[in-house]
Amino acid sequence: MPRKTMIEAIRDAIDVSMGRDERVVVYGEDVGYFGGVFRCTAGLQAKYGKSRCFDAPINESGIVGTAIGMAAYGMKPCVEIQFADYMYPAYDQLTQEAARLRYRSNGEFTCPIVVRMPTGGGIFGGQTHSQSPEALFTHVAGLKTVVPSNPADAKGLLIAAIEDPDPVIFLEPKRLYNGPFDGHHERPVTPWSKHELGEVADGHYKVPLGKAAIRRKGSAVTVLAYGTMVYVALAAAEETGIDAEIIDLRTLLPLDLDTIVESVNKTGRCVVIHEATTTSGFGAELVTLVQEHCFYHLEAPVARVAGWDTPYPHAQEWDYFPGPARVGRALIETMEA
Amino acid sequence: MAPASKSTSVGPEAGATSAPLRFHVPEPEVRPGGAPDFSRVKIPEAGSVERPPVDADPESIRKLAFSIIRVLDRKGEAVGPWAGSLTDEELVEGLRHMMLLRTFDARMQMAQRQGKTSFYMQHLGEEAVSCAFRKALAPGDMNFPTYRQAGLLIAGGYPMVTMMNQIYSNEADPLKGRQLPVMYSAKEHGFFTVSGNLATQFVQAVGWAMASAISGDTRISAAWIGDGSTAESDFHSALVFASTYKAPVVLNVVNNQWAISTFQGIARGGSGTFAARGLGFGIPALRVDGNDYLAVNAVAKWATERARSNLGPTLVEYVTYRAGAHSTSDDPSAYRPKAESDAWPLGDPVIRLKNHLIVRGIWSDERHTQAEAEVLDEVITAQKEAEKHGTLHAGGKPSARDMFEGVYEDMPPHLKRQRQQAGV
Repeated sequence: MPRKTMIEAIRDAIDVSMGRDERVVVYGEDVGYFGGVFRCTAGLQAKYGKSRCFDAPINESGIVGTAIGMAAYGMKPCVEIQFADYMYPAYDQLTQEAARLRYRSNGEFTCPIVVRMPTGGGIFGGQTHSQSPEALFTHVAGLKTVVPSNPADAKGLLIAAIEDPDPVIFLEPKRLYNGPFDGHHERPVTPWSKHELGEVADGHYKVPLGKAAIRRKGSAVTVLAYGTMVYVALAAAEETGIDAEIIDLRTLLPLDLDTIVESVNKTGRCVVIHEATTTSGFGAELVTLVQEHCFYHLEAPVARVAGWDTPYPHAQEWDYFPGPARVGRALIETMEA
Repeated sequence: MAPASKSTSVGPEAGATSAPLRFHVPEPEVRPGGAPDFSRVKIPEAGSVERPPVDADPESIRKLAFSIIRVLDRKGEAVGPWAGSLTDEELVEGLRHMMLLRTFDARMQMAQRQGKTSFYMQHLGEEAVSCAFRKALAPGDMNFPTYRQAGLLIAGGYPMVTMMNQIYSNEADPLKGRQLPVMYSAKEHGFFTVSGNLATQFVQAVGWAMASAISGDTRISAAWIGDGSTAESDFHSALVFASTYKAPVVLNVVNNQWAISTFQGIARGGSGTFAARGLGFGIPALRVDGNDYLAVNAVAKWATERARSNLGPTLVEYVTYRAGAHSTSDDPSAYRPKAESDAWPLGDPVIRLKNHLIVRGIWSDERHTQAEAEVLDEVITAQKEAEKHGTLHAGGKPSARDMFEGVYEDMPPHLKRQRQQAGV
């Protein structure tokens, strides 16, 4: 199978979807002629024409609002917000409109849109190019929230998201666009061409929403992660020598609770990790669910390693980002608890 | 380099040469207790505003954004270039629609006071806007209404019983009791699901129109917004997208002078009119007498024809007056003179159309009285039928299970668990 970067896999997914269904339209800031600031839509306008892939005004609420109108008409818009940090002007449209169209109209109108947004830190993006706002979406009834961690999943999940009948927030960890990243910023980055999950099948395939993947089988402790933190967890397990079972959630809502519960009931320990700030982050939901469903199997408190409760800083990037050292310490403490 | 000021005061700096700045907050001319005064509202003579061709260059018709297109004059005659868009039968039907809406409103207002529902919003004084506009649309067109355009449903033949079922949140409510009263949804009648969030629909309408154009369709959309909500950012978003992509949409601003307690000057700011907002986006903008059924219909036909001819969007400002309270939760006497609606210079849309039909010789006071009785009977009959299905606190209700349905197409596991926990 050909190896692709995450960018190429995403572009491939959109290409496949546009080719199969003429209702799929793609737009956003710099998405058309230029092909996106991260190149995720390069070549699509030339291939499908300006009616299918086009540039939008710098207006996130307008991008999502028009997409909702298009979906109500019967299209399947796959739109882009240039950075997740800039989704806030569209938050009203996403939470009060996209998420509730089906519910409030009793199914008369539906909103099969995908809103792609590059997310996450580790790139010296500072306060407004590093955020991980997933908890602001998982708290919203009616939205689905997806975070891929590799090219193979990115393509399959994105095709599944585009074909899904409900609105999907598709968060793309931009730190993973060109290669996996385990938090070891001092080492050179390896490209996806050297990673088996860089193998992306041609043509149409789907990775189902709502299904987690176990990235490392283990028996000592369960680690719940997604996006960039999957690789941080893998590195931490390697470096501490702890036999962690690492679950890549892939979809945050709907969540694959069965896989989580089965794993924690087996290991008796759990560490939840994410880049987003700690308080009221998605980790709080995960910890609660594990506590509710695995209480009698737990041998230690469920630990949480996440971003600090501060805005994402610039110079202090590696003091903020929950790297393998911090995650490793949590693994050790959980094993010793 | 000058040394930094040591002053920690937030007051005027010593040595400042200009007078202190003053903060400006617009106020309506009159408050409760005062005499209503609409002398600021310049009302041009009926028939005095030109009717340009639909493909007119927006630049050439700028002045239409600052005048008011009117057809019915003081004597009740239809005059000028915008007259003649409707047949006698259509005019009589239009009067009947407005009377139905007004009577429907009155009965539902009363039903709310009787505790049969939690909430209602009337259209009193604004009936012409949505009723007359509806008649300019073709099957398949889509409105993106606010909570104050039920005339689109009444004039579109949507069953009043169904509207009442929604208001009562009863067992026959098409929205299963999930929505506040008057937040209707009627796709087959070209009526997009109403949201509580102001202005969101305005930009969605543009997206719907873009989709129609992308698909090579012939259908158009109509966006609706009130004067107050034009201040929302989605108003701006809608105009930018409509202008950029020349979307086949009619952008309707219903200026009823009031946003709950806030007079329209708070939203309009220094702009001459709301219509004028379209000009900066290169969107042709028309201002119309919103209480003149004939003028509203003629302007609606002009704007819809423009959209259908692929000439792009039109912004229309309907100058009208919110004669009733904002909602059943509002008391306007706390912020505006009680008699203000009587002083409104554009009068009452029902009476004006009635007088026109009498002048035309196709209506009479007797027929009107009879029509009022018929309309009341029709609404009461519908109400009795709806109440058989229950009201908010009595009779048939939507099932508690319905609360969990429709969040997603397929119910995800966590919702199934919660439904189980709820014991339904």
